[in-house]
Amino acid sequence: MSGTHTSIPLILAGKEIRDGLRNRWVVAATLLMATLALSLTFLGSVPTGTVGAGALDVVVVSLSSLTIFLVPLIALLLSFDAIVGEVDRGTMSLLLSYPVSRGQVVLGKFLGHLSLLGFATLVGYGAAGAALALTGADTGPEGWRAFAGLIGSSILLGAVFIALGYLVSAVVRDRGAAGGIAIGLWLVFVLVFDMALLGILVADQGKTVTVGLLNWLMLANPADAFRLFNLTGTDQVSQFAGMAGIAGQIHLGPVTLLAVLAGWTVLPLAAAALIFSRRQI
Amino acid sequence: MSPSVTIDHVSKLYGARAALTEVSLHLAPGQCVALVGHNGAGKSTLIKLMLGLIRPSRGGVRLLGEDPAGAHAARLRRAVGYLPENLAFHPSLTGKETLDFYARLKGVSRAGNAGLLARVGLEAEAARRRVGTYSKGMRQRLGLAQALLGQPRVLFLDEPTTGLDPALRQVFYEIVQELRRAGVTVLLSSHALTELEGQTDRIIVMNRGVKIADGTLAGLRHLADLPVRIRALGAPAAMVADALGTLGQVSTDGHTVECRCAGGDKVAVLRRLTSLPLADLSVVEPSLDELYAHFLRQEQAA
Ligand SMILES: Nc1ncnc2c1ncn2[C@@H]1O[C@H](COP(=O)(O)OP(=O)(O)OP(=O)(O)O)[C@@H](O)[C@H]1O
Ligand SMILES: [Mg+2]
Repeated sequence: MSGTHTSIPLILAGKEIRDGLRNRWVVAATLLMATLALSLTFLGSVPTGTVGAGALDVVVVSLSSLTIFLVPLIALLLSFDAIVGEVDRGTMSLLLSYPVSRGQVVLGKFLGHLSLLGFATLVGYGAAGAALALTGADTGPEGWRAFAGLIGSSILLGAVFIALGYLVSAVVRDRGAAGGIAIGLWLVFVLVFDMALLGILVADQGKTVTVGLLNWLMLANPADAFRLFNLTGTDQVSQFAGMAGIAGQIHLGPVTLLAVLAGWTVLPLAAAALIFSRRQI
Repeated sequence: MSPSVTIDHVSKLYGARAALTEVSLHLAPGQCVALVGHNGAGKSTLIKLMLGLIRPSRGGVRLLGEDPAGAHAARLRRAVGYLPENLAFHPSLTGKETLDFYARLKGVSRAGNAGLLARVGLEAEAARRRVGTYSKGMRQRLGLAQALLGQPRVLFLDEPTTGLDPALRQVFYEIVQELRRAGVTVLLSSHALTELEGQTDRIIVMNRGVKIADGTLAGLRHLADLPVRIRALGAPAAMVADALGTLGQVSTDGHTVECRCAGGDKVAVLRRLTSLPLADLSVVEPSLDELYAHFLRQEQAA
C-alpha cells in the first residue's frame, strides 16, 4: 500500500505542473522574469561597473529588489485560488472522494506550484546571469555564490508566499475575497510593513526600539528576512547595497535567516492543511 | 452480510437550518437503491455524509464498517466510486488524461481505461480532446467512467442520468444491473422517476430532510394503496359499470373505458371484465411518480 500512498502528492504535483505548462502560465512567468532581470542587469551595470564591487554583486542587489516585488506577487496569484477555486468549481469534491488525504492535496499542490515558480525563477534569472557572463563582465566565484544564493532564496521566498496563499485559500469561502486578501498580504509584506517600520524608527529616534527589537521586527516579515539574507550575505554586496552599517548591527546569520524563511513556509502550510481538513466541502 | 453503509439517527444542520433530520438507513451489498425527493430534500447531503465530505451534526455514519470522515478514510475510498451532481473536471486535460489521473490516484492499473471509456460510449477521438471542449453528456459519460474505476464495492451516483441521451441511459442501467449482480452497492439519486421503475431494488423517499418512505416498489405500492387503473376497449361504459357494480368507478373518453379500483380488488375486477366481449385490456399500476406524490401529500397532511 505504501508505494502508491507516498506517490500521491507527486501525482497531484504532476497535474499542477501540466496545468501550468498547458495554460502557458510558466511561459508567461518565465518571460516576465527574464525580461525584467535582463533589463535590470544591463541598466544597473552601466554606471557602476567599476566601483570595486563585481558586476554580479550589483546584479544581486538589483535582482533582490525585483524578487521582493515580483516573486510574492506571482506566488500569491498562483496559490490563492488553489483550494477555494477547486471547491467552487466542484473538482474538489470529486478529488476528495479518492483515496487522498487533504494534507496530501495541500502538499501535492505545493510541490507542483513550487516547481513552476522555481523553474520560472531559475530560467528567468539564470538568463540574466548567463548574459552577463557572456559580456565578459567581472564575475568572481564569490559573486556567483551570491548569485546562486539569490536564486535559491528567491525560490524560498516564493515558497513562503505560496504557503500563505494556500492559508488564505483554505480559510476563505469566496474566490473574490481570497484574491483581495492575497493582494492585501502582498501590499502589507512588500510595502506597508517596511514603511511602517521606517516611520517608527524615525519617530522613535532610537529611544525604545533597540537593535534586539529591530531584529525581531525584521523576522516578522519574510520579505525582510530575504532582503537581509541577500544584501548582507557577502561583504562586497553589503558594502555596495549600503547595508554595511545595518549588517553590523543586525545579528542574524544567513542560516538563521534561511531558517526563518523555512519556518514562514512550513507553518502556514501546516495551518492551511489543518484548516482545510476541517472544512466542509 | 454486514451493511455497506449505515446511517444512524443522522441530523445535519447548516447554521440553524436542518438539511437532514434523524435519518436512519442501511444499504446492503448487491442492493441498488434509488434516493428520490424534491429539490433541497437532502439527497446530495446524504451522499456527501456517506462519503465523509461533510460530517453529521448528530448521529453516526459508517461506510464499509468505518467512519468515512475519520483518519483512515483515505484507504476506505479505494473501494468507493462517486459521481457528483455538479460534475467538474480540469478543463486542460484530455478525457484520457483525466481518467489516467484518477486511476493513478486510486492506485489501479490504467490498462483498463480504454475499455472503460468505450463502455460509456466515449470514442477514442473524443478521449483525445480536452475536457473543456466536451458537451454536458460527454462530461457525464467521463464522470461515469471515473466512478467505475477500480471495481468499487460501493457506488454513489448523484443524478447520474442527467444529460445522458436515451441510448446511454439504457447502457447505464445495464451497467448498474451488472454491478448489482457482482455484489456492488449502488445508491443513485434521481428526479427521473419513470426510468427508475424496474431498475432498483429499493426506493427511499426524502422530504425536507426527513426519510418518509423506504421499501421496494411493490412494498411502497402496497403501503400507499393507490387505486389501480384498468383500461378496457370494445365494450360500452354502461356494460362495464354494470359488470363491476360497487367494485370500481368507471369513466370513459368515448373510446377507452377506464376503471379505477383498490389494489386488493384488482383480480376480482379483472375476472369480471374478462367475461365481457372486450377487444383489449390493460392494467396500469400506480407509477412511481404517483406514489411519490402520494407520500408527499400524506406527509403534508400529517
Ligand atoms: N453548504 C451548504 N450550506 C448551507 N446549506 C446547504 C449547504 N448544502 C446544502 N444545503 C441545504 O441543505 C438542504 C438539502 O440540500 P441537498 O443539496 O442535499 O438537496 P438535494 O435533495 O440534493 O436537492 P437537488 O434535487 O436540488 O439536488 C437544502 O435546503 C440546501 O439549501
Ligand atoms: Mg442534489
